[in-house]
Amino acid sequence: MYTFSNRLKIGSFIMMAIGALFIITGFLSAPSTVEEAKAIVASHDDGHGSAHGGEVTHAVEGHGDDAHHDSAHDEHMLAQLKNRPWSALYVAAFFFFMIALGALAFYAIQRAAQAGWSPLLFRVMEGITAYIVPGGIIVFAILALSVAHMNHLFVWMDPEVVAHDELIQGKSGYLNPYFFLLRAAIFLGGWIFYREYSRKLSLRQDESDDNSNFKLNFRWSAGFLVFYLVTESMMSWDWIMSVDPHWFSTLFGWYIFASMFVSGITTIAMVTVYLKSKGYLPDVNNSHIHDLAKFMFGISIFWTYLWFSQFMLIWYANIPEEVTYYVTRIENYKLPFFGMIAMNFLFPVLLLMNSDFKRMNWFVCMTGIVILAGHYMDIYNAIMPATVGTHWGIGIPELGGILFFAGLFLFWVFRALTNAPLQPKRNPFIEESRHFHY
Amino acid sequence: MASKVIQAYYNDDDVLMHAVKKVKAAKHHIEEVYCPFPVHGLDKAMGLAPTRIAITSFMYGCLGLSVAIWMMNNIMIVDWPQDIGGKPSFSYIENMPAFVPIMFELTVFFAAHLMVITFYMRSKLWPFKKAENPDVRTTDDHFVMEIEVHNNEQELKDLLLDTGAVEINMTEKNLH
Repeated sequence: MYTFSNRLKIGSFIMMAIGALFIITGFLSAPSTVEEAKAIVASHDDGHGSAHGGEVTHAVEGHGDDAHHDSAHDEHMLAQLKNRPWSALYVAAFFFFMIALGALAFYAIQRAAQAGWSPLLFRVMEGITAYIVPGGIIVFAILALSVAHMNHLFVWMDPEVVAHDELIQGKSGYLNPYFFLLRAAIFLGGWIFYREYSRKLSLRQDESDDNSNFKLNFRWSAGFLVFYLVTESMMSWDWIMSVDPHWFSTLFGWYIFASMFVSGITTIAMVTVYLKSKGYLPDVNNSHIHDLAKFMFGISIFWTYLWFSQFMLIWYANIPEEVTYYVTRIENYKLPFFGMIAMNFLFPVLLLMNSDFKRMNWFVCMTGIVILAGHYMDIYNAIMPATVGTHWGIGIPELGGILFFAGLFLFWVFRALTNAPLQPKRNPFIEESRHFHY
Repeated sequence: MASKVIQAYYNDDDVLMHAVKKVKAAKHHIEEVYCPFPVHGLDKAMGLAPTRIAITSFMYGCLGLSVAIWMMNNIMIVDWPQDIGGKPSFSYIENMPAFVPIMFELTVFFAAHLMVITFYMRSKLWPFKKAENPDVRTTDDHFVMEIEVHNNEQELKDLLLDTGAVEINMTEKNLH
């Protein structure tokens, strides 16, 4: 049995406390009037004049127009600045939820494939997927607050905007607040149900004297994967792609899937390495770590493949309503946009290519940290340009979100790990997993 | 120079693996093992040096990438500049995304083909080469372990029979 070390527990509490403090600071320092917003932008431009060049030219254009247009521009700027703490909260909440969901997909694949190498890691995966319950509820709460007009993350939720926008009107059969929340409830309900039920069957298998629980788990896992592939895709349209309601991409669901899958696998590898360094999981050998690292390597390339497929078609076709998505990002988000590709592609490809490096625990951990940071930036780049525009930064609100949810994630995951023995007893493949070696 | 070798036949890969470990433990040098299919872990058990083909694969991949970059620059930018999809920029870097699929394909193409050719050369395989395996049964259901004899015929015979060999054969052979 795993016991939650006090240092880790206190560490996670400190992260949550500092994170919460930062989040509150972020909300308090957001402007509530146009004048405050102008003051913030003015003081900001002094410090980072070059970084926000786009904003300056924007302001110059605004002066040439009539007074009405000018005030509309100011209102827009105020909305974007108000959005920043919300966006930072949402990106971090979604990112850590996505890790748990990606790990759940990986777990279900291992179950459905009846993989022989991985049963030793099932309890680690179940621990990580435990976070799907609080993480999912928090994401749902943020979405519900958006529907309640507490923020303007999703412009299509604003009836004023929809009234003047024929494109959104055409999509309103799907993109309307009630159906949106109903879908979110169905997705989360299905995922949480599978997680809890599969965990129950997994624990029951340890105590039983036949393989019926194992077989039932296999069937539910295969069924879950079908449900997951459809709902995950719709979730990515709803929760991420719809912040840009005019823009769409048909492979967006796969693209977000790759991001969550590689983040989930990386977290499984890192938690396994941590537990092993504390003397737990004695039967996990470096071949298991090697396999996880191969998945980290492979899915990183898969992510790049999807990212590039999406980018190249839009770049080549150069259709104005599509290409604006990338023009915004390349003009205003140059560093996070290209930095993310370096972190998610070049870094893992070069570091994890060598077979021997995939067996070195500290190497896998170091690469894992970069991969996780890179995929946080991926979600950041997907949400921020639509919600805060040029007023982005990695500051108090973003760090607060990351710290708070990282603390909550660590606390919840390691608490879940204490609930059951770390090695499944009666999984029919456990012997194969223990002798996994090549 | 022809030398005397002893050939031990096995009909199971697990028995063969145990035999190889036993023979190595008795400090005999195994010349070669002929198998109808690849046996996992046999190279380690025989004490063969790890393969370096992965390193050559990386180098061939880099070569392929360079060839692709050079080729596309030459074809599309330098030699005959083309306007495709309204992108007549005549600049490599601005047209680079269009060349990425070619860069990827040639990297894979060079790595794969040159690696196979390297493997054939290193294993001294070429078309119409006479087969080296001592017995046709090694292409069906038998494994043969070959050990050079240095006036210790009886000792080796006893050891090999003890490891579960189904047949033992002495022969003259040109090694090396």
